[in-house]
Amino acid sequence: MSELSAQVMPKRGGKHAGKRQEALRGWLFAAPVILLLTVFVIAPFFFAIGFSFTNQRLISPNPTEFVGLRNYKNMMTMRFYTLEPELDPNGNVVLDEDGNISYPRLRSFTRNNPDYPKLNGLREVHSWQVGQNRLYLLGSDVVFVRALLNTLLFVMVVAPLQGGLALLLALLINKRLPGINIFRTIYFMPVVISMVVIAMLWRFIYDGNNGLLNSLISFISFGNFQGADWLGNPSLALGAILAMSVWQSVGFHMIIWLAGLQTIPSVLYEAASTEGANGWQKFRHVTWPGLRNTAVFILIIITMQAFGLFVQVDVMTNGGPLDSTQSLVFQSYVRGFQKQDIAGGSAISVLLFLIVIGISLFQAWVTRDRQAS
Amino acid sequence: MAGAEKAKTVKGRGHRFHILLRYALLITVGSIFIFPLVFMIVSSLKPDLQLLRDSGSLLAFVPHGDISLQNYFDAFERVPLARFMFNSVFVTVVTVFFSLLLCSLAGFAFAILRWPGKNIVLAVLVATLIIPFDTISVPLLLLVNELPMISRDGFKIGWLDTYHVQIVPFIADAFTVFLFTQFFRDLPKEIIEAARIDGASWFQIYRRVVVPISGPVFATAAILKFLHMYNQYLWPLMTSQTEEFRPVMVGVQYFFQLNVAWGEIMAYLSFITIPVLIFYLFLQRAFIESIASSGVKG
Repeated sequence: MSELSAQVMPKRGGKHAGKRQEALRGWLFAAPVILLLTVFVIAPFFFAIGFSFTNQRLISPNPTEFVGLRNYKNMMTMRFYTLEPELDPNGNVVLDEDGNISYPRLRSFTRNNPDYPKLNGLREVHSWQVGQNRLYLLGSDVVFVRALLNTLLFVMVVAPLQGGLALLLALLINKRLPGINIFRTIYFMPVVISMVVIAMLWRFIYDGNNGLLNSLISFISFGNFQGADWLGNPSLALGAILAMSVWQSVGFHMIIWLAGLQTIPSVLYEAASTEGANGWQKFRHVTWPGLRNTAVFILIIITMQAFGLFVQVDVMTNGGPLDSTQSLVFQSYVRGFQKQDIAGGSAISVLLFLIVIGISLFQAWVTRDRQAS
Repeated sequence: MAGAEKAKTVKGRGHRFHILLRYALLITVGSIFIFPLVFMIVSSLKPDLQLLRDSGSLLAFVPHGDISLQNYFDAFERVPLARFMFNSVFVTVVTVFFSLLLCSLAGFAFAILRWPGKNIVLAVLVATLIIPFDTISVPLLLLVNELPMISRDGFKIGWLDTYHVQIVPFIADAFTVFLFTQFFRDLPKEIIEAARIDGASWFQIYRRVVVPISGPVFATAAILKFLHMYNQYLWPLMTSQTEEFRPVMVGVQYFFQLNVAWGEIMAYLSFITIPVLIFYLFLQRAFIESIASSGVKG
């Protein structure tokens, strides 16, 4: 309130009473929201941090104990280990019947081998051939490590792919043509539909036996291609989920690009035309520089959304086949809810939160840099 | 002269070709987005055998042959769909109502009123925007499991399997408060001053001056909350263990193991999606603008 209203307050001492009343109303009006957010957002957030250092369960006869970093250690212990080929007495590499190099058994190092205490209890996450040697990534919690790697892979592919496709769509519909709104409405349509519905629908589209996608592939190629069991194949499942996720939400980011495109003054395009710039040159020197902040922003929100990967996994694959579609949020749900291991679920949540806050800080840093220059 | 004329028509032809090309692209891309949805609705009307037979050709997208609502009847029989729909609509409507009421009041307090501590509270509120719901759902589950409540059967501990647990945690959210605060800040100060001089109380100013001219922001907040609540999955999945309180999205689980009854599945999916699509098609401009504004969160 300005001085004006205070001056015309009719009663004596009204200025003071009015101020106190305003302060009281301020607190009163904001109180319900403050209370609700404290109980249902801020408190659980700190609980998550607290629980992650305990052995808290949803329902347990035993009292909760402080366990320090044990939950994190159990999840995150990872080691690389290289196996060298077995050598015969002459120093030559031993080959098996199929001509493959034979290695000592990994288990002989990770099961109670007193010479390798750091490898004890670890299991294989992944392995690569490096020359004659076999390089292993070992982890104490294989499912968690898979979930972490899958989530990171998902995010790193989805962010540029979805952002790029969304920009192409935005450029496509950023033209005043009759009926253009119809296309905008259609492109955006999947965004308003629940991911649960979309994922269930795409289960049929991806189905290995009678799925729509395979039938259409076979129809278009006159039976020359048969498609695949998209969700049943460990090397295809995550990609299939990814493609569907892009299909569902690319319209959303298209709209944000579009808003960015429309802030670029048309005078700039006219100037570029007069100087004889072609379409690509206009994009390169007028459009793209005008979109830089939008680009940073879009990458950040896609990344944040992608880290939340859950519904698709729960509805379509349940983390399988062979843990190829495990994700962090899905594991925090499986542990915290299905296994009632609140502590384990919370530890994953805290980790996820640290990643998200890292990205936000990165965003702040990138935008600050830009404003400075 | 003739040459210039010719150059013009060539350019005109090139231009027309460009426009045609763009329309061809627009339609191709559009079909990628719309055909799966057309397929869902068309398939919900076909018996399973025909559905599978048609999926090998473009007939998959054409409602033909033995068209009926039989799948819908079957879906209603297999799943208490009416109950689920009621739960979803009830939870959504109640949450949207209270959210608009309380968040707009708070936005009014932050934008218009002056009170000590306001800026700190607002800063904390905005900071909570960065906490994704996924990261607090597990501890929140434990919390609501310990909260007291008064129900029809009297006092009890634990909110699991109630409407409360699906509604109360989502009434207040920092983003909605932020949306209202931004909008109210831009309102002309003069009308509020004028009402103050006329002796209106702060609540009267909110109720009779601010709310009536804030239609757009209420519409935006309502659409976002509606979509979020109706489409929600993770939280109701964890908290509604009996059918009595289960919403439609969690009900989709009944079909997880049922890979044969695709017609029924498509009927269920269509039934819970068509209301949203109708809303969207009627209010598409408002929907798109609302969701675009939610992108400002970040």
